[in-house]
Amino acid sequence: MTLAVETTDLKVQLHLDGEWFAVCDLSTLLPGRGVAALLPDGRQVALFRDRNGRLYGIDNRDPFTGAAVLARGLTGTHQGRPFVASPLLKQRFDLESGRCLDDESVRVAAYEVKAS
Amino acid sequence: MSTATTETTPTIVLVGHGMVGQRFLEALAERGLTATHRVVVLCEEPRPAYDRVQLTSYFSGRTPEDLSMTDMAFIERHGIELHVGDPATGIDREARKVTARSGLVLDYDVLVLATGSYPFVPPVPNKDATGCFVYRTIEDLLAIEEYAKTRATTGAVVGGGLLGLEAAGALKGLGLNAHIVEFAPRLMPVQVDEGGGAALLRTIEDMGLAVHTGVGTQEIVVGEDGAVTGMKLSDGSELATDMVVFSAGVRPRDQLARDCGLTVGERGGISVDEQCRTVTDPHVFAIGECALAADGRVYGLVAPGYEQAETAAATIASDEAAFTGADLSTKLKLLGVDVASFGDAHGTAEDCLDVVYSDSRSGLYKKLVIGRDGTLLGGILVGDAEAYGTLRAFTGSVPPVAPEALVLPAGAGAPAQLGPSALPDDAVICSCHNVTKGTIRGAVTEHRCTTVPEVKKCTKAGTGCGSCVKVLGQLVDAELEASGIEVDKGLCGCFAQTREELYEIVLALRITSYQELLDRHGREAARGGDGCEICKPTVGSIIASLAPTIGAAGYVLEGEQAALQDTNDHFLANLQKNGSYSVVPRIPGGEIAPEKLIVIGEIARDFGLYTKITGGQRIDMFGARVEQLPSIWARLVDAGFESGHAYGKSLRTVKSCVGQTWCRYGVQDSVRMAIDLELRYRGLRSPHKLKSAVSGCARECAEAQSKDFGVIATANGWNLYVGGNGGATPRHADLLAQDLSDAELIRLIDRFLMFYIRTADRLERTSTWLERIPGGLDHVRDVVVHDSLGICDELESLMAAHVAHYRDEWAETINDPEKLARFVSFVNAPDTPDPVVAFVPERDQIKPDLPLLSIGLRPAEPLEDVLEGSTQR
Ligand code: SRM
Ligand SMILES: Cc1cc2nc3c(=O)[nH]c(=O)nc-3n(C[C@H](O)[C@H](O)[C@H](O)COP(=O)(O)OP(=O)(O)OC[C@H]3O[C@@H](n4cnc5c(N)ncnc54)[C@H](O)[C@@H]3O)c2cc1C
Ligand code: SF4
Ligand code: FES
Repeated sequence: MTLAVETTDLKVQLHLDGEWFAVCDLSTLLPGRGVAALLPDGRQVALFRDRNGRLYGIDNRDPFTGAAVLARGLTGTHQGRPFVASPLLKQRFDLESGRCLDDESVRVAAYEVKAS
Repeated sequence: MSTATTETTPTIVLVGHGMVGQRFLEALAERGLTATHRVVVLCEEPRPAYDRVQLTSYFSGRTPEDLSMTDMAFIERHGIELHVGDPATGIDREARKVTARSGLVLDYDVLVLATGSYPFVPPVPNKDATGCFVYRTIEDLLAIEEYAKTRATTGAVVGGGLLGLEAAGALKGLGLNAHIVEFAPRLMPVQVDEGGGAALLRTIEDMGLAVHTGVGTQEIVVGEDGAVTGMKLSDGSELATDMVVFSAGVRPRDQLARDCGLTVGERGGISVDEQCRTVTDPHVFAIGECALAADGRVYGLVAPGYEQAETAAATIASDEAAFTGADLSTKLKLLGVDVASFGDAHGTAEDCLDVVYSDSRSGLYKKLVIGRDGTLLGGILVGDAEAYGTLRAFTGSVPPVAPEALVLPAGAGAPAQLGPSALPDDAVICSCHNVTKGTIRGAVTEHRCTTVPEVKKCTKAGTGCGSCVKVLGQLVDAELEASGIEVDKGLCGCFAQTREELYEIVLALRITSYQELLDRHGREAARGGDGCEICKPTVGSIIASLAPTIGAAGYVLEGEQAALQDTNDHFLANLQKNGSYSVVPRIPGGEIAPEKLIVIGEIARDFGLYTKITGGQRIDMFGARVEQLPSIWARLVDAGFESGHAYGKSLRTVKSCVGQTWCRYGVQDSVRMAIDLELRYRGLRSPHKLKSAVSGCARECAEAQSKDFGVIATANGWNLYVGGNGGATPRHADLLAQDLSDAELIRLIDRFLMFYIRTADRLERTSTWLERIPGGLDHVRDVVVHDSLGICDELESLMAAHVAHYRDEWAETINDPEKLARFVSFVNAPDTPDPVVAFVPERDQIKPDLPLLSIGLRPAEPLEDVLEGSTQR
């Protein structure tokens, strides 16, 4: 039996309607690769961590195809801003604002994310 | 300030907030009129202006919010009073007052009517029955969707014009059997002629839509509950259908104008002059689809409406402007078919000639209308509208090449490469926003735009229907090159090197980490960043190809490498359109024992997968959810199967014909050779996929000459062909060497493949590579057969290392619990499947539930119980 206080087990938390919603352990987020999380109301969020440890969350649904797959796209940096490219038809989305970089009229919801 | 309702601030009231109305507001703001006037808008629909032209894209995932054209910040910034859901109900021209449904009464100095049109519904019995719809607004579309999902399996569209085809496409997308009923003898009678209609018909029927032309709708048949059950047609037949969408044309919404005594045309439309002012009352304007323009036409397209909006705004600002008529050119992608018509498409001018190219087998039809003096007057393109942008811009002038050269398909005769560089500066490139070539060049030279998106922002070109974007791109490139701006040959925004150069760096410096490569060799600005979706998989592939030699992990999901892989490689399966995956076990040479066939059948049955024999002589199982992949593979691996790498840029299949063992003509054992080759090169990551085949004799039943490396048996051994390709641009393979022994053949293929992997660009098949590299086939033969560069030993040892270190990715993955943990739909609900991945039956198997994709979410079920690890309070 160990009594050591767990200090390393940071949780990834999502800001939802004024509250923080814990999603998973920070360690499950591989830099450069996303995971999808299910929200209580049925929406899905794609969560990402970049190589500097910053966290991002956007809606998981690819607005161009309707499939819930954005978490499975490749991430990158475009003009200093983080993005994910949809794995289906490759449109890129800004991870901070949810804006589509390849079609100004399209954007997905972006969420505030923290680890604590 | 602008909200003050003092007598000194003149008031502009806009009735109708559609596409043209919104454009009018923007034009007012651009001219500073929003600062000097009070601007009030009465909007009938429950939402501000949205992109009606793109309405149908809702069914491919765009939400109503995505379609919005109204930036609320713009409305606020300009102090525009927007009354949503409050239509105008009456106009008192004497008192200059407009009354709205809410009771609001507005005094105006200038009144602008932009009320658009309404769908015309032919007066047939039961036209208002439950299950009858029109297709004009977002509300219409939501109602159609709801009905289609809950009560219909078949739908019929009345009207085979542009909108009718869009509506039919939408019904089909909703999973219905769709019918189109058109009174005219052909589809899209307004835009295309008979030949074009025939080409269109064939293509649309091939898509599974039923087309009935030359028949009218006489009556809607209803059941006992009053809902649609079918329709009676003028030829006496009856068509069973659960719903009907009327799309038989539109009529101007001019009732408001009629009621207050404004003059309207015989067939409707508020009569206006060239300034878009009504001919009856100088205080009232009409723009967009409700207006009957000075040239006697009512325009049903958005571009002329925009021009009218500009004209009205300019006139109100006391600037000079006139709308004297517009081009009716259109280019559409209907149900995936390109249809374009421009200028005098039907050849109404006197003495004109037609140049027609038609290939009904492939649904192609192209017609140009040419004047006696060679002037291009107009044309129709069906099936391939590539040339639309250029041709439209040449309309009214004599093109610099013979007209027939402009419509011949690429490859036939000498297709004219008539680039946009041949256009004069005043040629209109974007007709939606009336942008000329000169303006676009100016954006590059004067405003220093260096990319297409920048030029779009600067000139608005390409931001309407989008049909000019291709020509726009060519112009921007040409202009950049002319200004001496060097066109960057680098792989992407992160690396200035080509793929080949990166390969050399990785090999020479034994770099096994992408981040290290980026931080040391990337472009200055990209260092320390996260790279991009182009260079990550490219570098991932280079590292994987060289793994054993440079000392990297040979397993693509190891450490950092996992983050570099495209989604398919990351899940070791092929992503399908609804987010499910397909699974393709390797069946080397296409040879499979009955026991293994049974295993595949059992697995597919137990997991409910759709099975299909692929074009690569093996079996694909579709519809696996991400969380099912490990259990499917556990059973496959157990039965002795391996990954087929259908997902990888790597060896796919080596097809075989049955060969000497059974076939009376066979001269070598082609099956054995195919199996040997497939097992030797399996798992080899390369710039693009690699395919091969082995035929047992010159009859070539395995189609080896269409493969990246193809082998054909001879009496004395094997002939090796390279650089073949099927796909979009087929190429026959070239003979590299003849009458090889088994060992010689394999050695030569080893060298060939490794030389290709070393020098090809990203996503360059061997066919394009062979055509591109200096010296072509002769050079490759010199290098791999005659060892002219002295690198053959190295090429062979690189391949030897690959062969020695190959391990099955799936076997490795199912034995690694940490990797398996990634195969879930939701990190916080590992046992919950993605609700968007659902299936419906078809021909005794499943297919994706595509309508579900367009809604995204069925009404929520309680989810709390499935969510793990949440600290919700
Ligand atoms: C499953 C299959 C169709 C089928 O049901 O038969 C198929 C399916 C796909 N093909 Fe193919 N191709 C399949 C045989 C072929 C063939 C026939 C052959 O291999 O003999 C060809 C022509 C031969 C050739 O490649 O030269 C073929 C030429 C293409 C091309 C065009 C390549 C080109 O160089 O032009 C693409 C697009 C690309 O790779 O960029 C493509 C791309 C694709 C993709 C990967 C498209 C995509 O990104 O989703 C499809 C997904 C596969 C999947 O499992 O989800 N597929 N594809 C066949 C799988 C064979 C296998 O067992 O692995
Ligand atoms: C599915 C579809 C696809 C199309 N595709 C194309 C295309 O590819 N290319 C193209 O050029 N055109 C296309 N069109 C046509 C294009 O949408 C119209 O030309 C354009 O919308 C006309 O703009 P408008 O502002 O005149 O009318 P609308 O956009 O119809 O706007 C009129 C608005 O006025 C409102 N209104 C009416 N009466 C009142 C009242 N009394 N008080 C207040 N408000 C009122 C209406 O509710 C409506 O919102 C398409 C149309 C549809 C439906
Ligand atoms: S031809 Fe190939 S790529 Fe095209 S739809 Fe069929 S399977 Fe997909
Ligand atoms: S022609 Fe429509 S956007 Fe340019």
